[in-house]
Amino acid sequence: MSFVAILSIFVMACFVGYYVVWSVTPALHTPLMAVTNAISSVIIVGALVAGSASGSATSKWLGLLAVVLASINIFGGFAVTERMLAMYRKKER
Amino acid sequence: MHEAIALPAWVGIAYLIAGVCFILALRGLSSPATSRRGNRLGMFGMTVAVGTTLLTHDIASLPEILVAIAIGGGIGLFTAKKIAMTDMPQLVAGFHSLVGLAAVLVAAAAYLNPVAFGIADPLTGLIHSASRVEMALGVAIGAITFSGSIIAFLKLAGKMSGKPILLPGRHVLNLGILAAIVGLIGWFMVDQSAWIFWTITLLSFVIGFLLIVPIGGADMPVVVSMLNSYSGWAAAAMGFTLGNTAMIITGALVGSSGAILSYIMCRAMNRSFISVIAGGFGGDAGAGPAAAATDRPWKRGSAEDAAFLMQQAEQVIIVPGYGMAVAQAQHALREMGDLLKKEGVRVKYAIHPVAGRMPGHMNVLLAEANVPYDDVFELEDINGEFAQTDVAFVIGANDVTNPAAKTDKSSPIYGMPVLDVEKAKTVLFVKRSMGGVGYAGVDNSVFYMDNTMMLLADAKKMVDDIVKAMAH
Repeated sequence: MSFVAILSIFVMACFVGYYVVWSVTPALHTPLMAVTNAISSVIIVGALVAGSASGSATSKWLGLLAVVLASINIFGGFAVTERMLAMYRKKER
Repeated sequence: MHEAIALPAWVGIAYLIAGVCFILALRGLSSPATSRRGNRLGMFGMTVAVGTTLLTHDIASLPEILVAIAIGGGIGLFTAKKIAMTDMPQLVAGFHSLVGLAAVLVAAAAYLNPVAFGIADPLTGLIHSASRVEMALGVAIGAITFSGSIIAFLKLAGKMSGKPILLPGRHVLNLGILAAIVGLIGWFMVDQSAWIFWTITLLSFVIGFLLIVPIGGADMPVVVSMLNSYSGWAAAAMGFTLGNTAMIITGALVGSSGAILSYIMCRAMNRSFISVIAGGFGGDAGAGPAAAATDRPWKRGSAEDAAFLMQQAEQVIIVPGYGMAVAQAQHALREMGDLLKKEGVRVKYAIHPVAGRMPGHMNVLLAEANVPYDDVFELEDINGEFAQTDVAFVIGANDVTNPAAKTDKSSPIYGMPVLDVEKAKTVLFVKRSMGGVGYAGVDNSVFYMDNTMMLLADAKKMVDDIVKAMAH
């Protein structure tokens, strides 16, 4: 992909992020931080590329370590968000 | 396979789908009713991204990768299950540090084996200059996120003093290091020597540490949000390196999310982002210069007085703060609220945006204690109601109720939006002692009003006593 195409996606996503995040209710700001933690660990994609590539052993081990760290975040982040969201309940009437 | 160019079109579409799922995950958080569906979509998006990567790359080392995912996943799930809700701020800071470190590792792996990432000339091994900048930015932001989050984690977990630690000449030092990092990134564009890459990494670790050390415990909501934002920008920078849409979209989302939260927190304290980052403000309670002027007359109340006053009331507004979290008083508080409701009292909760140590901290604790979220109100939605309220019950909050923010131009908190508790017919103020002042180190005139009754005790013990008195 050309740099300009990638940059366009990035700039558009910043605007989407801006509007979506303003619509998040303040009561859910803590789950918001937990879930953004989980999704920013999509960096695992880069770690998988490094961990599965041949050519440099050091690079591979760095990649595998990054896979471990990112997995902690992905599983931990989504699970703790799920746990928090399950606690929010409406008044029973 | 080494060149990523040969990937079929569906791969790009799959990463795009993952990115859209992440947008919808955040969108779901606009209300508690849709939030869980959003979270599931987020998980689905992550599965798509990981699955696509595994399918389209050489998976000679699949067993190792699966083991790595299993180890990380196990640690993550265990932590998520065990963590106490009051410890959420440090958990989130800890998670940020992992994203930062992962970004550093991925950037380093890409630097050491650029051909595998398709960012270098396979014959000469020279990395494309655009990729060098992206990689250097990724490693720098990642390293700052890592070391900064470690400090934030230690401060939030109480393993390090919440007081600001001020080094002499720190502004000059910090600016010097930042300038050096920027200069080295520029140099790295023309010369891909290893020492430049590693010096950028090292200096970024140092600057992350130096930036957060001088920031006080009470400014942590801004710091945690800011580091949240950094972790996003680090992911975005790596997304540019890999030309991966899912990473770029996510990085931009998380980056803007953290930035908006930092802005909301700064606005709620009426402080500029620069002044928070410059640090030196807001150690933990008692750090201020003057202790409260305790020679002014004030009234002390007992748990029985408080129980009686609230049971006679038509409406009670509870104002929780960090002190409630420290004392773990949220469950006792909900019990008190239930007893009052049984007697026909309307009970509402008023949350200041910076109550607690991270955005939304109080809301999670109240949700944990089974307080329905439609009883919990934000500052601007409830502030008009204090004038028609019989009892304002302030527990573990202080500065966010201080009327000086509205009237006293010389006060350090002047201009900060506050909850108008003093307008209620009676104010019950739960506080450990009269001596301590809030983090801003200013006295609160609410303590000395005729209609205020001070309930001096540990927050949890006081609420337990009130519950006992009500049951009689």
